[in-house]
Amino acid sequence: MSVIAAGPVIPTFGKGSSCVTGDHTFCWDWVRAHWGDTLGPALWQHVELTAIAVVIGFAIAFPLALLAHRYRRLEQPFGIFSALLYTVPSLALFQLLVPFTGLTWTTVEIALVSYTLVILFPNIVQGLESAPDDVIEAARGMGLTRLQVLTRVELPLAVPAIIGGLRIAVVSTVAIATIAAFLLPTGLGYPIFLALKEPTPFKTEIYSAGALAVALAIGCDGLLVVLRRVLVPWASKGLA
Amino acid sequence: MLADTATMHTFVDAARFIGNHTGLLATKTLEQLALSGAALGIALAIALPLGVVLGHFHRGSTIAIAASIVGRGLPSLVLIAAFLTVLGIGFVNNMVALAVLGSGPLLTNSYDGVERVDRDAVEAARGMGMTGWQVLRSVELPLAIPLIFTGIRVAAVTIVATAPIAAIAGGGGLGDIIVNQASYRLSGVLGASICVMLLSALVFAGLAGVQIAMTPRGVRRTSVIGEPQRREL
Amino acid sequence: MNAAEITFDHVTKRYAGREAAAVDDLSLEIPAGAFCILVGPSGGGKTTALKMVNRLIPFDSGDIRIDGRSIRDLPVVELRREIGYVIQQVGLFPHMTIGENIGTVPRLLGWPKARINTRCIDLLELVGLEASDMKRYPAELSGGQRQRVGLARALAADPPLLLMDEPFGALDPITRFRLQTEMSRLHREVEKTVIFVTHDIDEAIQLGTHIAILREGGVLAQYDTPDAILAHPADDFVAKFIGEDRALRRLALKKLTDVQLEQADGAQEGPRVSIETTVRNAVSLLLDTKADRLLVENDNGEVVGAFRFSDAGALL
Repeated sequence: MSVIAAGPVIPTFGKGSSCVTGDHTFCWDWVRAHWGDTLGPALWQHVELTAIAVVIGFAIAFPLALLAHRYRRLEQPFGIFSALLYTVPSLALFQLLVPFTGLTWTTVEIALVSYTLVILFPNIVQGLESAPDDVIEAARGMGLTRLQVLTRVELPLAVPAIIGGLRIAVVSTVAIATIAAFLLPTGLGYPIFLALKEPTPFKTEIYSAGALAVALAIGCDGLLVVLRRVLVPWASKGLA
Repeated sequence: MLADTATMHTFVDAARFIGNHTGLLATKTLEQLALSGAALGIALAIALPLGVVLGHFHRGSTIAIAASIVGRGLPSLVLIAAFLTVLGIGFVNNMVALAVLGSGPLLTNSYDGVERVDRDAVEAARGMGMTGWQVLRSVELPLAIPLIFTGIRVAAVTIVATAPIAAIAGGGGLGDIIVNQASYRLSGVLGASICVMLLSALVFAGLAGVQIAMTPRGVRRTSVIGEPQRREL
Repeated sequence: MNAAEITFDHVTKRYAGREAAAVDDLSLEIPAGAFCILVGPSGGGKTTALKMVNRLIPFDSGDIRIDGRSIRDLPVVELRREIGYVIQQVGLFPHMTIGENIGTVPRLLGWPKARINTRCIDLLELVGLEASDMKRYPAELSGGQRQRVGLARALAADPPLLLMDEPFGALDPITRFRLQTEMSRLHREVEKTVIFVTHDIDEAIQLGTHIAILREGGVLAQYDTPDAILAHPADDFVAKFIGEDRALRRLALKKLTDVQLEQADGAQEGPRVSIETTVRNAVSLLLDTKADRLLVENDNGEVVGAFRFSDAGALL
């Protein structure tokens, strides 16, 4: 994957507006001027980073969860592993992977995928196990095969939990991906990273990149909520 | 991920770095702990009582939810950078930023812990003539300990593990080494990374141990570890 | 009539580590179209026996036959699709509409959509619900309505046998009574073999054509029609289980139409009672009015006979 380097941030030759050189709190003109070369690409990279991590994480977590649901033994060791993973600061994790895979997207993605994995796996398993016992008994008693019970009953009922897990995973990944900027000039963390390195940190850049990151997280969360409402019509109705 | 000789060599270098610079690392670790401790202290002083009170009155669930979203969705880098612009570089801005970060899970968990206490138990206590304060002290708080403590643990680990990033905003600590590959080279960065990991794990294990010890016997559950709620380190 | 004959042939089930058997050498013949109740105290093995029929619980020895064919001869999944199964918590699929729930087995069997749809509407009507309910979700229904749907779902593929495990146990008394009455009506209309588990002897007497009383340890204490059991309990256990008022209960099973009424001799004065009344209620009325006889009238209000205490006794 190619990495787009962001250009120099603060116009150093007096070309900026008075807002910029005076470093007021927020300069809309800077945002407009640098959308194309800084903020836009950073946002797009961020989306890419997140999307890849979540998709791969899901692709691994889903079959694992199906296995754990069937065989039960996997859950306990996984729980410990995931708790431990979360004590590792993401920055440290990134750095520790560098000797193995270098300063590349792969390194970042490995770390990001690990984090999504430990969120998605327990949530999917929990979703699969959320089908009430009497529903399963009725299904088996009616003559559904094991596979049919899984596909027609357990999976549909697992959708709310799966989407819940996806929401957490996406939002967390958006946040962690900002740290990737410490390794590679990529993502919404990078403009912030650069801005902080300047003797007087440039506020607008920090706020705009930060706001975009937060907006991205909230936006994805909202989309998933809508998706859930579409896929789960029975949850919003009625008495139970 | 091939562990060839070059890679192994790097780790050996890292180990050597740790060996050679124990003094430096110790100082940095203490710096980090100081920062984390201060931040945690603030979070504990504000978020915990607030969550408990809200949960007791069963009010403000929107605040609790907002807190968890803030805790979850707010990238620490953004938080630290934002506070830097407002409070300048140094100890204070990072302390505040980390305190805000830790407050998220603390508020949510304290609120949940108290709010979810079995209503029947609370009602029985009220019926026996306990005042609101007594109910809180004798019934709700003891039963809420598991969740509250989990919140403290999550907040502590989050703060300790996020502190390295604060280095970029003058926060000091082991992060100073990690972000400064130019001066300390990869071996230094790796060495400090390993130290940070160990520190985090220690805090986690230590608090988990305390939690298990403190939980009243009847309430103890098999796993203290719990699920990853929001995380971003 | 699409009903199956069920035979239990020396069926035994033991759980490891337990002394008493769950079901001990159970032998029963259930004629086609019967409403057979398995009743008894908890631990009596009645639910276990029921679940052995659709092989949710395997049995250790003996055999169970449906229309002469051992249930072990058929693949389990096929067997279950030919048996309707209703449980206490109903177990409706929360993510499917009522219509989709009912149509589950027909869909598995590959019925064409149109046929499933008509069948659904017919069944909803049969169990006392509206066709418009098809689009609703289980969460929107009350407990009684859900159980009706459970019933419809079990009947959907027109199985010759219906297994029901304390289906009305989780409902409030009023709804329960209503559904019990409906169940009787339904059985008359639909004419299938039903095996029904309950711990409530009153429910058993009201609904059953055949009653099997199972005591602790899964042993069959008595198997007969309700009237026969009430008249001649096999032993002390049965007598105690059905209650000391069994003579009165027997009277509740009979109507004045079954009684040899006395001549009224043209009398018109005195308390009257319809010939459709149960004997037990007639006796109650006699006590209430302190009269020595009641005038029995038919649908047109004409007196057709008289009824005294002694006539009730003669019945028994």
